[in-house]
Amino acid sequence: MAVLSFLEAVREALRQEMRRDPDVWVVGEDVGRKGGVFGATLGLYEEFGEQRVQDSPLTESAIVGVGIGAALYGTRPVCEIQFADFIFPAMNQIISEAAKMRYRSNSDWSVPMVIRAPYGGGVHGGLYHSQSVEHYFTSTPGLKVVVPSTPYDAKGLLTAAIRDPDPVLFFEHKGLYRAIKEEVPDEPYTEPIGKAAVRRNGSDIAVISYGKTLHFCLEAAEELAREGYEALVLDLRTLLPLDREAIVEAARRTGKVLIVHEANKTHGIGAEVAAIIAEECLFDLDAPIRRLCGPDVPAMPYAAPMEKFYMLSPEKCLAAMRELAQF
Amino acid sequence: MRRPWLWRDGRFISREGSDHVTAATQERLTALGLTRDRLLEMYYYMLLTRRIDERMWLLQRGGKIPFVISPQGAEAAQVGAAFAFRRGQDYFAPYYRDLGVNLVAGVTPREVMLSAFARGADPASGGKQMPSHWGNRKLNIVSGSSPVTTQLLHAVGLAQAARLRGDDVVVYTACGEGSSNQGDFHEALNWAGVHRLPVVFVVQNNQYAISVPLSKQVAGGSVAARGPGYGMPGIAVDGTDLLAVHETVREAHRRAREGEGPSLIEMRCVRLTSHSSDDDHRRYRSPEELAAVRERDPLTRTRKMLLESGLITLEQNEALERRVMAEVDDATDWAESQPYAPPEFALRHVYKED
Repeated sequence: MAVLSFLEAVREALRQEMRRDPDVWVVGEDVGRKGGVFGATLGLYEEFGEQRVQDSPLTESAIVGVGIGAALYGTRPVCEIQFADFIFPAMNQIISEAAKMRYRSNSDWSVPMVIRAPYGGGVHGGLYHSQSVEHYFTSTPGLKVVVPSTPYDAKGLLTAAIRDPDPVLFFEHKGLYRAIKEEVPDEPYTEPIGKAAVRRNGSDIAVISYGKTLHFCLEAAEELAREGYEALVLDLRTLLPLDREAIVEAARRTGKVLIVHEANKTHGIGAEVAAIIAEECLFDLDAPIRRLCGPDVPAMPYAAPMEKFYMLSPEKCLAAMRELAQF
Repeated sequence: MRRPWLWRDGRFISREGSDHVTAATQERLTALGLTRDRLLEMYYYMLLTRRIDERMWLLQRGGKIPFVISPQGAEAAQVGAAFAFRRGQDYFAPYYRDLGVNLVAGVTPREVMLSAFARGADPASGGKQMPSHWGNRKLNIVSGSSPVTTQLLHAVGLAQAARLRGDDVVVYTACGEGSSNQGDFHEALNWAGVHRLPVVFVVQNNQYAISVPLSKQVAGGSVAARGPGYGMPGIAVDGTDLLAVHETVREAHRRAREGEGPSLIEMRCVRLTSHSSDDDHRRYRSPEELAAVRERDPLTRTRKMLLESGLITLEQNEALERRVMAEVDDATDWAESQPYAPPEFALRHVYKED
C-alpha cells in the first residue's frame, strides 16, 4: 500500500483502468504531452500514446460531445474539463444529450462516460477558477454526480465511475489535490456510487458535507469534542443519487443537523438534504436544520481578503457546529 | 429520338411503353457504379419517403398524431447520400428531417409510423420522443434530440472511437443550413479536420431556418465555403439532383474510407412544406416563391429523368406508386392498432436497470 495524494490517486485510477480496458481513453485540453494543467494525466501519454490520451482543441462542448459519440460506439471516454468553471459551453451536450440518451432511446443507446472537472476555491483563482458547479447538474436525472473527499475514495469512486454504464460527473476539489495524502491500496478497487460514508461517529450533532469542506468539518469536530460535544460527520460522496438512507439515519441518531458546502446556499445540495430530512424524520429533530454555505454571490472574488471572506474554514464550521450543539 | 412520354399540364402522359435506355444515361450510371435496378431502388425510397410524409400530414391534420416535420424537397439529397453508405457497417447521426436516410438505413415504414403514433414498440424511443427523433441501435442509427447540431459532435466521437478500435467505419451526419451557425457545427468540423476523421458532414440547405431566410442566416451565403477553413473540401451540389448528390457523397465516402479525412457537402434543396405542422409558411413566403419551389421538386425531377431516359415506363411508375401506397397503408393501420407503453413507463430507463 502506497501513500498517495488525492491527485496521485486520480492518476492511478486512470492508469489502472486504461491498462485493464483498451476501450478506456482520456481526452481534454492539455491532457497529453503536458499531463494536464494539474498533472492528473502525467505519464499517461507516454504509456498509452496520443490516440488514448488525446489533446483536444480548446472546445468544451466538443470534448463532451465527442465523448458522447465515442461512448455511444461503446468505448469508455474520460473527458477532462480543465476547470469546472469552463463546463458551461458543454452544458447542452451534458443536459440535453448525455443525461437523456438512455431515457429517450428506451435504453437502446447509453453513454458510459466520465466527465472529470477540478472545482472549488481558495486557490486565488478568482471568479472563473474557483466555482463549485455541482448543483447545476444535480437536478438532472440521468446523470450521476460524484464528489470524493479522500485519496482512497478518489481512486475507488473514479474506478467505479469509469466502469459505470451511465454518465458520471466527477468533481475534484483542487484544494485537495496535494493537501491530502493517505494509504491507498495498490490494486484496483471500486467504491459504490450513491453511498455516503460516516467519517466520524457522534451523537450530539450530525454534520453533512462533501469535498473540501468535509475536512474543515472533521477538524472542527475534534475541537468541538474538547468542548464536550461529539459530532457525527457524514461524507455524502455522491450528490446524485443522494444516499437518503444515510442522511435520515444521521439525522435520527443526532436530532440536530448542519449541512456544509462551499457552493452558494440557495438551491444548493443542502436544500435537498434538508428537504429529505423534513420529509422523512421531521419529528426526530431537536433543532431547526442549519446550513453553512458559500454566500449567494455570483462567484468567488480574486482579492485575498474577499476570497477568505467567501471561503469556509474550520473556524467557521466550528462556530456553526457549536451553536447547533448548544441549541 | 421519340420519347415514350409526354409532359402535359404538369403531369406525364404515356405515349407508349419502352425499355429503351438512352446511351447517355447508361454511360452516367456506369460511371457512378449504379445499375438500373439500384437507381430504381433509390427512386423507390424517394417515393416511399414522400408518401409516408404526406400520410403523416394527413394524420396530423386529422387529429390522429400531434406533430409532423417534413423531408419534402430533400428526398434526393437524403436518399442519394444514404445510398453511398454501407448498411450495417457505417454509422448514422442524422437530423430530424432525415426520413429518407433512415428508410435507406433499414428503418421500416411500420417503425416510422410507430414513432408517429408514439406507440410503445417505437424502436427509436418507445413513444417517449416526438416523431422524427430517430434512433436504432441495431441499424447503427444514433438517437437524436431536438436541440440542433449536437449530433455532429456525436458523429465525430463515433469516428474517433471507430479509429481507436481500428474499425472500417464512415459516419454520416447531417443538419440544416440554419443549424450550421451553431457552435457545435464549427467545433465538430474543426475536430474532424484536425484528426482527419472519416465523417461526411451533409448540410441540407433548404433556404430557411423556420422563417428566417438564408440571407439572414449564413454570412456570404455559402455553407460549403466553410469547409476549407476546417481543413476539408466544401462542396456545393444541387440537392434536387439525385445522381449529382450520389456522386458527390460517394466520393466523400471514398475519401473518408481511404484516410483522406472528412468532407462538408452543402446540398442546395428546397423546402416544399412549412417548417413543421405548427408552422404556416404562407406567412413569410410569397405564392410566387412557393410556385417556383414546386418546380424544383426532386421527386418530379427524378421521375422525369427516369422516364426521359427510358429507365422506367409510366406503367412501371404507377405500379411502384401502388406498391408504396400499399406499404404506407399497411404501416399506418398496423401502427395505429398497436398499444401505447404503460403510463408508468415514463419512469423507466433513467439509468441502467438491473
